Amino acid sequence: MKSYLLPQFAVYRDDDKCIRCKVCVRQCSFGVHAYDDEDDEIRSNESACVGCQRCATLCPTGALVIRQHPHEFRPNANWSEEMLLDVKRKAETGAVTITGMGNDKPHRVYWDHLLLNASQVTNPSIDPLREPMELRTFLGRKPDGLVFKDGRLITDMPPQVMIETPIIFSAMSYGAISYQAQLAFMQAAQELGTLCNTGEGGWPMDFRRFGRNVIVQCASGRFGVDPDYLNQAAIVEIKIGQGAKPGIGGHLPGEKVTAAVAATRMIPEGTDALSPAPQHDIYSIEDLSMLIYALKEATNYEKPISVKIAAVHNAAAIASGMVRAGADIIAVDGFRGGTGAAPRVIRDNVGIPTELALAAIDERLRREGIRNRASILVAGGFRNSADIIKAIALGADAVYIGTAALVAMGCTLCQQCNTGKCAWGITAQDPYIAKRLNPDIATRRLVNLVRAWTLEIKEMLGGMGINSIESLRGNRLHLRGIGLQEWELEVLGVKGAGQ
Amino acid sequence: MKGLDRITNPFNDDKVISNCGLFGMMSTRGRKFSGRDVILAMANMHDRGNGLGGGFAAYGIYPEYEDCYALHVMYESMAGKEQTEAFIRTAFDLVHDEEMPHRDPASSRVGGAYTAGTAPILWRYFVRVPENVLKDMIREDARKDIKNIEEDVADDYVVKQVMTIDTQIADAYVFSSGKNMGVFKGVGYPEDIGNFFCLEEYSGYLWTAHGRFPTNTQAWWGGAHPFSLLDWSVVHNGEISSYGTNRAFLEMHGYYCCMHTDTEVIAYAVDLLARRHRLPMDIVAKVLAPPLWTAIDRMPGPERRLHTALRLTYPALLMNGPFTIIIARQGEMIGLRDRIQLRPLVAGIKDDMLYLSSEEAPIRVVCPELDETWTVKGGEPIIGRLGGRVITGSESRAAAS
Amino acid sequence: MLDGEGPGPGARPGVAGVAPGAGCITLDALGRSYRELNRTLRALTARRGVSRISVTNVLGQRYIGTGLRGEIEVMLYGTPGNDLGAFMDGPVIYVYGNAQDGVGNTMNSGKIVVYGNAGDIAAMSMRGGKIFIRGNVGSRSAIHMKECGEKRPLLVVGGTAHDFFGEYMAGGTAILLGLNLGPGEYHKANFIGTGMHGGEIFIRGRVDPYQLGAAVKISQPAEDDMRLIADAVGEFAELFGYDVDEIMHENFLKLSPKSLRPFAGLYHAGSRDDSYNGDGAGECLGE
Repeated sequence: MKSYLLPQFAVYRDDDKCIRCKVCVRQCSFGVHAYDDEDDEIRSNESACVGCQRCATLCPTGALVIRQHPHEFRPNANWSEEMLLDVKRKAETGAVTITGMGNDKPHRVYWDHLLLNASQVTNPSIDPLREPMELRTFLGRKPDGLVFKDGRLITDMPPQVMIETPIIFSAMSYGAISYQAQLAFMQAAQELGTLCNTGEGGWPMDFRRFGRNVIVQCASGRFGVDPDYLNQAAIVEIKIGQGAKPGIGGHLPGEKVTAAVAATRMIPEGTDALSPAPQHDIYSIEDLSMLIYALKEATNYEKPISVKIAAVHNAAAIASGMVRAGADIIAVDGFRGGTGAAPRVIRDNVGIPTELALAAIDERLRREGIRNRASILVAGGFRNSADIIKAIALGADAVYIGTAALVAMGCTLCQQCNTGKCAWGITAQDPYIAKRLNPDIATRRLVNLVRAWTLEIKEMLGGMGINSIESLRGNRLHLRGIGLQEWELEVLGVKGAGQ
Repeated sequence: MKGLDRITNPFNDDKVISNCGLFGMMSTRGRKFSGRDVILAMANMHDRGNGLGGGFAAYGIYPEYEDCYALHVMYESMAGKEQTEAFIRTAFDLVHDEEMPHRDPASSRVGGAYTAGTAPILWRYFVRVPENVLKDMIREDARKDIKNIEEDVADDYVVKQVMTIDTQIADAYVFSSGKNMGVFKGVGYPEDIGNFFCLEEYSGYLWTAHGRFPTNTQAWWGGAHPFSLLDWSVVHNGEISSYGTNRAFLEMHGYYCCMHTDTEVIAYAVDLLARRHRLPMDIVAKVLAPPLWTAIDRMPGPERRLHTALRLTYPALLMNGPFTIIIARQGEMIGLRDRIQLRPLVAGIKDDMLYLSSEEAPIRVVCPELDETWTVKGGEPIIGRLGGRVITGSESRAAAS
Repeated sequence: MLDGEGPGPGARPGVAGVAPGAGCITLDALGRSYRELNRTLRALTARRGVSRISVTNVLGQRYIGTGLRGEIEVMLYGTPGNDLGAFMDGPVIYVYGNAQDGVGNTMNSGKIVVYGNAGDIAAMSMRGGKIFIRGNVGSRSAIHMKECGEKRPLLVVGGTAHDFFGEYMAGGTAILLGLNLGPGEYHKANFIGTGMHGGEIFIRGRVDPYQLGAAVKISQPAEDDMRLIADAVGEFAELFGYDVDEIMHENFLKLSPKSLRPFAGLYHAGSRDDSYNGDGAGECLGE
């Protein structure tokens, strides 16, 4: 069938600068550039271009410019080009359109409408370069209080996991991302004294040595879940939902299930790895409790159990139930959270912003007197250190970063993760493409990013006159809203600027 | 209008989500037994709840007042009690009233974490609808042709008065309002609630019970299950994802969902279908959990027409999402799972006893040797009726055709 | 903690190789919480010289054998609670009674033998080992069973099953024998093998094509299939005292996935493709 889709990107090649080195030909995993021997010319099939900028980045002479295609349909505020293309695409395929990365719609980003406080006169700001500044955070259930007998502490502390910075790497499975990318996360987490999350694609045997810095997932597919998997990690996380695609399952297409991915997931090579939408032993809150305690039994009550949900309308009530079901950590992932593959219609229309879900959950748990019984992890669209510190002020214990970490490794959000052709080697399984990502360089880039953000967080904390992260956690007095409506301020639990 | 929803739903959630463990036992011959066994069964399912609600419905417990409506009422203040009692005296002929027997709340460990060791004032009233009220209502009733019109208008009258107490009088809430039955419920684990209410001293032929696992801490005695209206009682496990649709339809029929729980919706739906529309119970079950269209398409003509008619007439009463319910009324106990079997239900039979439970073990606690036990199929009601009959799914299918 | 060591309750007929005696420890589960019971089981399993543990008065305790590893036989008398043998890796569990929901959930290896019925989601996500159920199983049993290299899980059910048997199945073998069905009676389950993309189901007795998910193809078992069935049925018959030949005398049906990728055409990456013929949402759409 002839496709009616117009190309989305245009390739501009400056022929004077082009030295016919063919770097672009080799580097484009989508097959855009081809060298014509007879004419000694490189031609580009613009229809295949996804705008990932790999060729332009690596071109040694700067001969390439990739821009949005200038073709224009008749302007129509209702039937935008995106809507037209989507209808045409469906008409040609009869299929659900899959995409990667997070929701790219221009909804309000609440981080940008929150302002931080700073000390003036009445208490001093602190200089983090000279003064102590503590970001150490413990994830896990905290007791309601301590009991002493004859001057001795007799309360048993529930299992805790320590992180040196409140930033951890989001769940990304081996299979969705390459071996090299997952190795980089593991190495970076170890170097930073923080955690990374395996996602639900099992846990390669080579990476078991990073156990102290690893959260493993037990999700609906149960890929690679066995007693070793559970016991060698620091935290076990039950994945109920993901911000990019609340309410639906996962689906790693067979072509990405290589021998190594299959061995890690413990499934046959080349079959689709289907993660059903629900976990089939969890159809209700008391079932969640059952799995939480099954995992506690299987790990001898030595590890915090986390439960991750997507941010949805009743997140606060659900979170409250999760805590009472025995979750030691609650992870909530907002609608800007990334994805390796999700139906576009779900990514763009289901779920709520993580900022609002976080505020509602923290508020609910405090009002119910159970906030101490679980740590809160937040995911879904952290772009800078200010977003992170605002999340902590709204009540988070720590944040998951996914998209930002991928960007640090080279990702340009071209949204092709699901194709397996990632030109940056991050989400590719083809060994030829995947080896572009040097795990050691990627590790450096990740470590640098988190270090820089950590320093910035210390600067901002010091400015508020705070030298320990727990004094900011849930401290909404250090936040003010700007440009927000009354209901939004109410959900966020903050005053307007100047109030 | 008093905001009951503000008590039951202080955070203004769409609905109060609550899951749990269920149990029901009935002698189809009408033999009476104490509440001791049902408490033991619930204790075995302790882990299915979280201590924020437990309750029991018992049938046949007030033979000395069997022609009176028994009102079980909780009060959170003396003022509420005085106001309610003044209302009851004007609305009903009061035959007898007394405090409900109970043990010390502190030693019974009721009240949950936040109101530990406390209980509301718990009182019961045995009442009749005044003769003159009945006469007036029958004279004005358009439905001259129905049988038992007297009973019917009396029931309608009682529902109206109960709704008035629930929605108009502060600090008062009616647990149950049926004849020769009662609901005992509160904040705590079900075994503690049963002990608190001295249920081992009651004698009934049908008991249902519930251990609650709500997703919020609202420790309110009225929010526990069973949910009851007239002699209907419902215990429920799961979450009704069609709640908004169900509620909108029921409000159209004069049922005000003041509790914001999906269980309440089930109770009203059953009252509407079985009492007001007079559908047989096995048909009611097919409204709540209808066969899938693919199954309807395979049915023979008359059956297909029946099920199509049900789905077209009562689409808004399809209970979607995971649920198991045990509905009881005088002389009948019905167990039902949702269409795709997302919540558990096990049935057991021993001589004249029918047991329904979320798990098998609690049944074994009460009755170690069963004639038969099985996992109930989705959408197929298990119905125990006085007269020594248990109707299982396949039989009710036959009854429906 | 222990109730004495020595002869356990008399072994039931048909239990191969289980005789009470030396190396067998007896526990009474009456009134014991699951945490205490399972802690004791873990400690005993780790103890040298203990090869069999017999537990009496089991009444709803959850997680028995969950995450348990090692060479141990556990005999359970009564009704064990949910998640029996979840994540289990090695032990053998006998249940003299009915089991509840989630038997062998995500089990890795070992064996579970149930002399009565089992509830919903038996063998869910099971990756290895064997489960034998003498009676019926509830809904969604064998859901998402998988396999991995040498690990090929086996579920044998003597009776019948409720809906969604083998839903999402990705590997292993599930066998429904229908021994309790009357002459000409059909199996109870609808939506058998919905979304199946691996493994195989063998059914003895009658099923109507409408009872099967769209992802399933029906065939007659081949010779090597019949060998696998005969082995599994042989073990089943020995455990529960049936005559193998009588069971094998009936016809078996083989259900297998039409495709390793039942949803392949349902999703499209959204790029321009002139060769695409747009029959994506094809025959494997679920009901």
